[in-house]
Amino acid sequence: MKVKTPSKLEKILASGKMAVTSECGPPRGSDPDVIPHKAEKIRKHVDAINVTDNQTSMTRLCSLAACIRLKLMGVEPVLQMVTRDRNRIAIQSDILGAASFDINNILCLSGDHQSFGDCAQGQNVYDLDSMQLIQTVRHMRDEGKFLGGDPISRPPQMFVGAAENPFADPYEIRVPRLAKKIAAGVEFIQTQCIYNLDKFEDWMSKARDRGLTEQVYILAGVTPMKSAAMARYMKNKVPGMDVPEEVVKRLAGTPKEKQAEEGIKMCIESIQRLKEVKGLSGFHVMAIEWEEMVPEIVERAGLYPRPVVD
Amino acid sequence: MIVADKKPIEEIIDYVKDHQSILVLGCNECVTVCEAGGKKEVGLLASALRMHFLQQGREVNIGERTLERQCDHEYLEEIRTSVDNYEALVSLACGVGVQFTAEKYMNLPVYPGVNTLFMGANEMRGVWSERCQGCGQCLLGHSGGICPVSRCAKRILNGPCGGSTAGKCEISKEIPCGWQLIIDRLKALGRMDDYEKISPIKNWSTERSGGPRKVVREDLKL
Repeated sequence: MKVKTPSKLEKILASGKMAVTSECGPPRGSDPDVIPHKAEKIRKHVDAINVTDNQTSMTRLCSLAACIRLKLMGVEPVLQMVTRDRNRIAIQSDILGAASFDINNILCLSGDHQSFGDCAQGQNVYDLDSMQLIQTVRHMRDEGKFLGGDPISRPPQMFVGAAENPFADPYEIRVPRLAKKIAAGVEFIQTQCIYNLDKFEDWMSKARDRGLTEQVYILAGVTPMKSAAMARYMKNKVPGMDVPEEVVKRLAGTPKEKQAEEGIKMCIESIQRLKEVKGLSGFHVMAIEWEEMVPEIVERAGLYPRPVVD
Repeated sequence: MIVADKKPIEEIIDYVKDHQSILVLGCNECVTVCEAGGKKEVGLLASALRMHFLQQGREVNIGERTLERQCDHEYLEEIRTSVDNYEALVSLACGVGVQFTAEKYMNLPVYPGVNTLFMGANEMRGVWSERCQGCGQCLLGHSGGICPVSRCAKRILNGPCGGSTAGKCEISKEIPCGWQLIIDRLKALGRMDDYEKISPIKNWSTERSGGPRKVVREDLKL
């Protein structure tokens, strides 16, 4: 696929090398050091760092400001943007703000419903959905125009991504939904955390059958489990998460003080197995509030050193 | 129909506690069908209010009346002479009826006796659920006859989102995922190819964000 933006992530993916991304959640406060501190731990081991946008609808420092911090320290940010909290004016405005700092990656999301967070009584916006956000960024970039039709001076140069959850229901539309996002203009996908590897491999094989892996870069999402309790929580409480019973059992069968180590081992095993999946372009390592483990995971999974591009 | 639910009696008492005469005004349309504000509920509320004031040792005149509709000048005019006998009015109509009554009787305090909820259907005895948010630009022709605006908690036009689990919405296991319903319908109609058509960015100016709406039909005006 041809490189269309100055994004480092896009260049690495276009070179055919496996990309590695990770993510940092901004703080629930205004401490300027939190994001740089987290990023410092992982910057040498990943190609780009996503900054989550009020994930699980808990109010936090904004993704855009945190991305600017990353950019200023020379780290490649992926601006996550949910359509829950912004109408099309705010969305376009934030995209331009990000572009003014040469933030070159965006991940287009609908976002968790606000009822999960600390403002359950608030309104949601959903002026656009994630599919339409993809179209919006592509329109702004490729046509150089606002949704209203006026020209943009210095249009954003953003590599456009989206999430896909191969484990959400109904399963039969999960590949058609990927096709739909590609038709909307998505260029890379970061998936939901993968624990059910068989199901993910089936989804990838169906995506390959339709030629979709030739049209979009897919980064497999992995998250190390810290404990059996976390595995149980993810299995039972997180919407759209598929944690097979054997994952819970393996952790539960490990002594408590060794569970975190076992979780890391399982994560590395997953990466090693998924590296063999045809059409997969990289990994998105989400070590939730456990960023310090990312370097070890990346190294032990054989994904280090990271490639250098201009 | 417009679905409403009774307000807690304490809230209504708080509105009317200082009045000496109160008219409880029902409506014979939607709120009668959803058993929140028809003749029967007018009687029940009037009795409850009388009992409350009696317990306080006060004699308050509570009148009862149910109109054919409160969203129509013609029917609202029927109470023009009798409202003078009351210091306040509790309307058990939907928010439309409450306002139309208030607009007509400028000097009379009018209080709502129900919470107006949504446009919905009677699923079974005692159960009503939402079907329409009046977005002003109906999409049902493109979505298998199931509305993504009113049935999806995020009003996502290209769903389902990643939170759809076993046919249920991420916000509650009691709420069906609207997009699962759309997909089930498209499948039943043999129209799954339609699923891959992208719904374009919606013009929301025809829904509440465009400001208070109005329909003017010149052909019907007198």
